[in-house]
Amino acid sequence: MLKITDLVKRYGDGDPVLKNLDLTIEGESVVSIIGSSGAGKSTLLRCINRLVEPTSGSINLNGVELTNLRGRNLRAARRKIGMVFQGFNLVDRLTVMENVQSGRLGYISTWAAMTRRYPKEDIRRAFQLMERVGIAQYANTRADQLSGGERQRVGVVRALMQEPDILLADEPTASLDPKTSEQIMGLLRDLAGELKLPVLINIHNVTEAKEYTDRIVGMRYGRIIFDDKPDMLDQAAMDEIYAGSPHADRGKAGAT
Amino acid sequence: MTSLSEQFGRDEWARFTLKQRMMRYAILLGCGLVIAWALTSIEVIWPWVWGAPEQIGDLFGRMYPPDPSNLASILAVLWDTVNIATFATAFAVLLSLPVAYISAQNTTPNRATLWLGRLILVTSRSVNTIIWALLFVAIFGPGVVAGIIAIMFRSIGFIGKLLGEAIEEIDKRPVEALEATGASRFKVILYAIVPQVMPTFWAVAILRWDINLRESTVLGLVGAGGIGIVLQGAIDTFNWPEVATILLAIIALVIIGEVISAFLRRRIL
Repeated sequence: MLKITDLVKRYGDGDPVLKNLDLTIEGESVVSIIGSSGAGKSTLLRCINRLVEPTSGSINLNGVELTNLRGRNLRAARRKIGMVFQGFNLVDRLTVMENVQSGRLGYISTWAAMTRRYPKEDIRRAFQLMERVGIAQYANTRADQLSGGERQRVGVVRALMQEPDILLADEPTASLDPKTSEQIMGLLRDLAGELKLPVLINIHNVTEAKEYTDRIVGMRYGRIIFDDKPDMLDQAAMDEIYAGSPHADRGKAGAT
Repeated sequence: MTSLSEQFGRDEWARFTLKQRMMRYAILLGCGLVIAWALTSIEVIWPWVWGAPEQIGDLFGRMYPPDPSNLASILAVLWDTVNIATFATAFAVLLSLPVAYISAQNTTPNRATLWLGRLILVTSRSVNTIIWALLFVAIFGPGVVAGIIAIMFRSIGFIGKLLGEAIEEIDKRPVEALEATGASRFKVILYAIVPQVMPTFWAVAILRWDINLRESTVLGLVGAGGIGIVLQGAIDTFNWPEVATILLAIIALVIIGEVISAFLRRRIL
């Protein structure tokens, strides 16, 4: 269970990007976070695995308080949080297998990492997952040879190799065409069910959010203003989530 | 400015106004005066300059035919020269890795190490190889060791600087992704940074070997080993036929080095 309480993130001394935010994710639900650019979706996700340092508040994953972890303990906690990125964030010059195995870097020895002698069970798991998402034939192909959809599959497998307790996806389909985008969303939903894994997805595409997720969280300028089943997201709620702009919310005139 | 309709029908256009044109002529004249002044102030002995073609002919006359009687020993010191360049490059490459790491803004542990790295780079690069060689001949005595260390010192700055810049220009997104998996700092470097700078690493190493081969040919002039010592000796004794042989040997070496580095570049990159 992920429990976020009173989370604040402030860059410099400006207005906070996240304002006393509370959010709880239970069980193996697929939750999408929607909201316009600048609403703080990405910051929220990155606070969970501490790629962004929260200013104050609490983030608790399965009984472990994440906000005050340092060094080794932080790395141990990060191993249990998988992340999928908008730009895939693969290492282009490495093979698909090396990219996939880099999800295990937190577990294996430095020597094994350097010599690429991965444990047998890791290799087995990698092939199983790659087979599952349809990229097993590319194990020895360099990551930059793959298409966008295939690259995001590598990204997903890399995150799942961590055997995470939760999967975070930061606009995983924003760089993909509509068809591929639906495939990846379907894949995330199915994998969440198969692996009994809660998934938290930032997404711009509201149609996909409604179709592929169990719960929608609507953010507007650092606050959660909608949190319910997809069916409950009506036009009024949509208007409220997407009305105005961060500039307008900051109270500045002449918002574009 | 003028609207399109006002411009229409005009048949005169000048890039510069009269005032601008005058200014440019004045600057040109000023530059000419400075050059003229510089030429008169360096005390050129003109008869020597006019006599140069004759001297060149004379020198070539004395150099021809090249004397190959010492070819065996010349080739031996030439091999020394290759060794100086190769060992120095190899050591410099290894030593420049940590320097590059601490002098790249995005990998350096803290500000102190960043400045330490930059200090090493600047020191190494601002001193010419020959000066380094003079210093190390004084420390290690004349010979190959001084040459290797001199070239190594100069190369660390060169390789470290270019490699450090390559590290600064990497795509940061894979780094972020691997940090998110809970990998340690060293493993992140190994998987996200090393693969990205590998092409630059090889290109810079090969280029520096190529440069070092040329630099090591003159090291002997200050006693730091290699072919330069023999060259100096031949010039000092006016043994021009042997000088010719040595110069030809150096040219041959540089061409071979060029061919090898071109080949390596094609194979590795």
